[in-house]
Amino acid sequence: MTDTTATAPGHTALKPTPLHARHLASGARMVPYAGWDMPVEYSGINAEHLAVRSRAGVFDVSHMGEIEIAGKDALKTVQHLTSNDASRLATGQAQYSALLTPDGTFVDDILVYRMAPSHFMIVVNAANSAKAFDWISAQATTLGDAAVVDSSARYALIAVQGPAALDTVQPLTGADLGSVQPYWFTYGEVAQARALISRTGYTGEDGFEIFIPPNMAERVWQGLLQTGHAAGVVPCGLGARDTLRLEAAMRLYGQDIDDTTTPIEAGLAGIVGWDKPDFIGAAPLRAQKASGPGRRLVGLEMRDRGIARHGYAVLKDGTPVGTVTSGTQTPFLKKAIAMAYVPAPFAAPGTLVDVDVRGRVSAATVVPLPFYKRPRTV
Amino acid sequence: MAYPTDLKYTKDHEWVRLSGDTVEVGITDYAQQQLGDVVFVDLPAVGTGVTAGAAFGTIESVKAVSELFAPVTGEIVAVNERLAQAPEDVNSRPHDTWMVKIRVASGSTDGLLDNAQYEALLT
Repeated sequence: MTDTTATAPGHTALKPTPLHARHLASGARMVPYAGWDMPVEYSGINAEHLAVRSRAGVFDVSHMGEIEIAGKDALKTVQHLTSNDASRLATGQAQYSALLTPDGTFVDDILVYRMAPSHFMIVVNAANSAKAFDWISAQATTLGDAAVVDSSARYALIAVQGPAALDTVQPLTGADLGSVQPYWFTYGEVAQARALISRTGYTGEDGFEIFIPPNMAERVWQGLLQTGHAAGVVPCGLGARDTLRLEAAMRLYGQDIDDTTTPIEAGLAGIVGWDKPDFIGAAPLRAQKASGPGRRLVGLEMRDRGIARHGYAVLKDGTPVGTVTSGTQTPFLKKAIAMAYVPAPFAAPGTLVDVDVRGRVSAATVVPLPFYKRPRTV
Repeated sequence: MAYPTDLKYTKDHEWVRLSGDTVEVGITDYAQQQLGDVVFVDLPAVGTGVTAGAAFGTIESVKAVSELFAPVTGEIVAVNERLAQAPEDVNSRPHDTWMVKIRVASGSTDGLLDNAQYEALLT
């Protein structure tokens, strides 16, 4: 039995997160990911996935990068560098956005936090951390008075996701988390660690992402698992994070989006600030918006047995027309789902296509995204 | 863990149970741990010839696809149909969940590992 898809361990030293020793002590299975030695699963992907959908899970996502931009011209700089309209952010608010190339393709997808009127924090993907910092730094020098700092080493990041997230975090902090709306954040202490607490996540559930000093990470992690223990809150790895985000159709850089795809093709036109005067990548995006994209990211549901996975060809009448970007057998919906780029004429829900699953033609149907939408409660 | 003494093993983490001229083939506890939750096992039809060391099927977990390698040369004489409905058996009872039975061509069980040799391989 040999793994044919997983990446072989590299020979360069992997970086440990501040919780590395905790993961090892807890018996997590570790894998290399974007240069980090990360937990891929604790109790199993299915069990962790279902825990997050029904209760809550705690994730170490300290590998994510943080870049801060501050100074008199910080807003102007962020507006030019990112796709979404950062001027619409109040202090204490966050937005999903992107760094784009001059061609309008993704350098990275990001969250932009407005910490103060002239102070922003950009959270970038681990794999893109250095690239994003270099890109921002290079651009920022021409945009006015703003300092760019890579503050990744100053934060551990723990995500608590699931319907029980609020009840798990609230006992550990004096901050009133119930009043923090989705995509807003507040400051407070969590288990005596000073923290930025953000109502965001990457699972399709309610939840929080907690930025804390690295030396407090273990204390906060243990505190969360203790307060959540009675409710069945469990530690989770990157495996469940991936299946959860895929059910929620949240895009993954390097698979669903990259520097060959645009926000419009990826179905993310909503993170483009069309009313902004100018930003990097604006002109090609406006042209593509006017002409319509040639291809679109769609959801697929397999009708035949088999799982469509990253890189598999999408076929129409036997001819390759597109490519699967992410796919799995989902633990919660219990079916094989995937996202794929297909030509625009085949992007309508209900369109019948096939996927080449390692030489076997397996039938699939284009379905609306997301696959999973959490039940909203008032 | 201690691996059963009545099984033989391969470097590719399959186990083999010898019984007359046929063998049952499954994957080891180590293999299922590495794979994680198994969701599909794709096996050849009865009557298919297999060659020791060559792929004869695939096993998919939530996160990855892996090939199954034949531990012996011979012919598939049975496949475990239950795995189509209950692939999770591979995780819960790896050494009791055979995938295929192979009628062995003469002499081709040479080179399989015993439990001590296999355990040494894992450390």
